[in-house]
Amino acid sequence: MSTVTGTTLTREQLDELGREFDVIRQRVIADLGEDDAAYIRGIVKKQQQFEVAGRAMFYLPPLWPLAVAALSVSKILENMEIGHNVMHGQYDWMGDPKLNSRIYDWDNVCPGEQWKYSHNYIHHTFTNVLGKDRDIGYGILRMDEDQKWHPYYLGNPLYAFLLMVFFEWGVAMHDLEVENIVAGKRKLEENKALHAGIMRKVRRQALKDYLLFPALTGPLFPLTLAGNATANLIRNVWAFNIIFCGHFPAGVATFTEEECLDVEGPNGREESRGHWYYRQLLGSANITGSKLFHIMSGNLSHQIEHHLFPDIPARRYPEIAVEVREICERYDLAYNTGSLSTQLFSVARKIVRLALPNRTTSPEPAPVAETPVAA
Amino acid sequence: MSLVTNLLRSRVAAALASPHGVDHYLEQVNPMWAAHDVRARVVAVRRETETAGACVATLTLQPTSTWRGHRAGQYVQVGVELPGSARRLTRCFSISSAASLPGEQITLTVRAHEEGQVSKFLVHEARPGQMLHLSQADGDFTLHESAATPTNNRLVFITGGSGITPAMSIVRTLLRDGYDGRANRKVTFLHFARGPEDQIYADELAEIAAADNHVDVHLRHGEARFSEFELRRLVPQFRDTDTWVCGPSGLVDLVREAYGDSDRLRVEFFKQPSTATGTAEGDVSFTRSGESAANTGASLLEQAEALGLEPEFGCRMGICFSCTSRKTDGTVRNILTGEESSLPDQDIRICVSAPVGDCSVDL
Repeated sequence: MSTVTGTTLTREQLDELGREFDVIRQRVIADLGEDDAAYIRGIVKKQQQFEVAGRAMFYLPPLWPLAVAALSVSKILENMEIGHNVMHGQYDWMGDPKLNSRIYDWDNVCPGEQWKYSHNYIHHTFTNVLGKDRDIGYGILRMDEDQKWHPYYLGNPLYAFLLMVFFEWGVAMHDLEVENIVAGKRKLEENKALHAGIMRKVRRQALKDYLLFPALTGPLFPLTLAGNATANLIRNVWAFNIIFCGHFPAGVATFTEEECLDVEGPNGREESRGHWYYRQLLGSANITGSKLFHIMSGNLSHQIEHHLFPDIPARRYPEIAVEVREICERYDLAYNTGSLSTQLFSVARKIVRLALPNRTTSPEPAPVAETPVAA
Repeated sequence: MSLVTNLLRSRVAAALASPHGVDHYLEQVNPMWAAHDVRARVVAVRRETETAGACVATLTLQPTSTWRGHRAGQYVQVGVELPGSARRLTRCFSISSAASLPGEQITLTVRAHEEGQVSKFLVHEARPGQMLHLSQADGDFTLHESAATPTNNRLVFITGGSGITPAMSIVRTLLRDGYDGRANRKVTFLHFARGPEDQIYADELAEIAAADNHVDVHLRHGEARFSEFELRRLVPQFRDTDTWVCGPSGLVDLVREAYGDSDRLRVEFFKQPSTATGTAEGDVSFTRSGESAANTGASLLEQAEALGLEPEFGCRMGICFSCTSRKTDGTVRNILTGEESSLPDQDIRICVSAPVGDCSVDL
């Protein structure tokens, strides 16, 4: 038996792994139905109730903190459990235009169209492949030892903090590939078409959160504006933290393009389906928590299951996780999971450590994994 | 339009409600409230015929105030969420009631097809109180002149089976709006049905035929087929007469042949789900570009590219939805799950969909 480059699995094991995940996919897709539809509609209804409650409470200044809280919950639910998942096409099977990936555009300054390209296609296809997946450090951070160090990265913690505060803006700017323009790999003209889309979404948010709703509260305009800005900030901080736990905790694997091309295809070497699953599995990390926590994270707390099955409704990830863990045990593969504080601490440590050049004497700390890691 | 409606339709309301539509909020409060969407509540369901496997029912619908009305002969898209699956399916149905004004009730007369999930649902499971999704009325299979300003033009309607509905809407409109024998405009209504027990609107057609209104009704049952000879006997100058034909493709083909290159013929037919052959046979057509070729069994994306088309794509493995395109006709098999689907006008991911038999994609 031959071990495929860079993996702990043999060719046969990789192919069998691919088949096992395909079986799970088929079974869950065949089972989609009324419960899934009722779930997402229920979440939308809850989100709309929080939205209305939040907007309304701004009329009573003593309730300002509650208004901000309700609006933050609405914005978090909308971006994560609704926007992210609907725009992944998870509910396209329902045929409801209100929940269709081609129609829905989230409450975020990043245009859905552009996000679907950089996220659904680039990030989800080339997950954690160095030089291909632009979500590794988002072009501004050093999040992997194989990214060459440069004095610029001394600012790693500062950049990460700024990205957290302005996260939705970071997501919008992400598609402009500013780092590639600086490096001369991308022309400024290529961004012209994207500017219009971003400006449209910026105007939409500014109009809604910083003009119309504040104006509707009359003399309370400044308070409402401040509240809306705070809600956007809270959503930014929350989304950043959840998302950074998805691929950056210690122990998450990155890959080179060469090691992914494990089979001979009609047009040269390509990646097998088994290896694609294998890469998604080892390139993602989960966060443990309560049911409410999973909902508020858009079920991205099940990043591993999300990356294996990005187009399956996220509410199915907890049930799928049971099988994924069982598969991991059988194949002796790491299943990276931990509490929010564990994963966040691990990410923060990486951000700080990688601000400095690699130290050859101190290897990366042991991965955070519940199952024993393959030797 | 009221001030409230204007406000709800304003750009300000849209900006405040975003990312959801205003309708998404209104619907949560009352399903009959809408600013843009059209929905309808089922008011009544009446059985027209009881033939096993081909029951016909007439549904009376109360649309939301957003309904802009319809011209006689137009159709409407009806969307239903089938019980159990939660999947919304949308099909076109001709409106059978006379022309409607904004907000007015309409009727649909639907035959439950063996293969038609929506038609079966509407005939057998629709109950008063249920909500349906509607589109605005559409279609050019209509009477262009109004009954109020009649001309001397003769009119001919040739229909088969449930294809009678749009013609019925036109005739009902004419009679409702004061058309009668004095207008001296002769109407010939030639209809083919499988048998008397399958005849929709039998009583009403008998009344129309008996009344003094210059509407001649000719019903043909059983083995009777359309013949040019018979039509010539009824309407000698039929090629120079405004004619509406609606029915199964066999009837439509015969009538088309009889009319040759006459521009007086208007044709209406609806798509039925096709049946799968289970093999890589048939032809694949890309309708927008006009390209077509024999089906190779490969994914639609690969077959399109082989023909020189450049459809948008991303992951090429069915996860990113970049390549989603509309299949207008035919059956496709999902390469990943093996699931086959024969629904017309369906959005599919062409990178993981392979045609099974004839297939048309809007590319």
